[in-house]
Amino acid sequence: MKISVNVDGVTYADEVEPRLLLVHYLRERLGRTGTVVGCDTGNCGACTVHLDGHSIKSCQMFAVQANGHEITTIEGLARDGRLHPVQEAFRNNHALQCGFCTPGMIMQAIDLLADESDPDDETVRKGLEGNLCRCTGYQNIVRAVQDAAHRMRPGAGPKMEQHSDEHVTSKQPVGGE
Amino acid sequence: MIPAEFKYLCPSTVDEAVRMLAEEGEDAKIIAGGQSLVPVLRMRLAAPTALIDISGLTELTGVHDAGDSLLIGAMTTHYEVQRDHLIHDHALLLKLATDTVADPQVRHRGTFGGSLCHADPAGDLLAPALALDAVMIIAGPDGRREVPASEFFAGYFETAVAPGEILTDVRVPKYPGWGAHYEKLNRVAQAWSIVAVAAAVQVRGGTIAAARVGLTNVGAGPVRAVDVESALVGQPATAEAIAEAALRASAGDGYKDNLARVLTGRALTAAVAG
Repeated sequence: MKISVNVDGVTYADEVEPRLLLVHYLRERLGRTGTVVGCDTGNCGACTVHLDGHSIKSCQMFAVQANGHEITTIEGLARDGRLHPVQEAFRNNHALQCGFCTPGMIMQAIDLLADESDPDDETVRKGLEGNLCRCTGYQNIVRAVQDAAHRMRPGAGPKMEQHSDEHVTSKQPVGGE
Repeated sequence: MIPAEFKYLCPSTVDEAVRMLAEEGEDAKIIAGGQSLVPVLRMRLAAPTALIDISGLTELTGVHDAGDSLLIGAMTTHYEVQRDHLIHDHALLLKLATDTVADPQVRHRGTFGGSLCHADPAGDLLAPALALDAVMIIAGPDGRREVPASEFFAGYFETAVAPGEILTDVRVPKYPGWGAHYEKLNRVAQAWSIVAVAAAVQVRGGTIAAARVGLTNVGAGPVRAVDVESALVGQPATAEAIAEAALRASAGDGYKDNLARVLTGRALTAAVAG
């Protein structure tokens, strides 16, 4: 069957067998091996990617079901050689040991932070319920997600990337008709 | 594992999907969000000859106000149910149970109707659907028919949806101002309920005016705890009355029987408070 899928900003047109899982399509056809297969049963979340902006498990879906949709993988996060703030936070907080769960953890953490901009411990743990890590005991992962939340707070980025609306508001008419 | 080969079809209307089901025969299967079906296919517990993907049927998504009831499209995702203000205001129990389904990734893809049709006795949406007197609307070659939840769940992984039919919508009566709680016991994250209790209670002037209680995973399908319900009505909304009523919850075998009573007590306490 013919499909057209946008993956990390590039549109691919391919002929695939209906039974090809999305994760196998990403890895074997597109060579995007950053997304990994962990458990093969839908439990571990290592294969998490975003489908139209929401996290999903790419081993729980066929490539044909992604026809006409947008996929973002761990490989589509960095911009101009700079890591995404969540990637940066995982690195700085030692939130990985073997690193196998990390692509899925980061994709799910980004999804969580889109809904919860300042999550407490419990919220992070609930939000990452579908992702298993067998090395870290989760402590540093929770820390990394909260650190990322702080890095992504309004006004937290580099000065040159901050926008002020002062030049607009200063020109607003004050009072009167 | 790799699933067995199948033919993949994408209808654009319910009528077309029903036609495809008829043409492909009894080994064709509907796929909604696929969060239960894809694992089953991968383990080769099922090998349908054709998958009919109804995710393109926009007529089956969304929650609509139908006067005395809500009409929930079968393809409405768990994520959408969790955030829908009509469900929050009129069927809070459904939202609270959906909050506990699997994990966030699964809730983004999995659908309300899909869960009901899969009819896993440990599934978390069956007992709330039963307790809230939901009515399933099913489309088939001869048009549409309605089946109350009490007749819909026919047994272990079995429903009233016949071969050739599709669940299209679920009608849920409105329960405005009712307190609700879904009390679920499981051992680890994202596990199925060992036992869970769905409770909705209407309290008026300190008295329990009405109650709905459904049990998850205590039989081949969801079970309505009618004895608990009738013991509550007319009683003061107190800890004593709840404890007394919860003793009437039953789940057959010893361990689950005890769990049913304990969890019913907790669910009712939280529902009355909320």
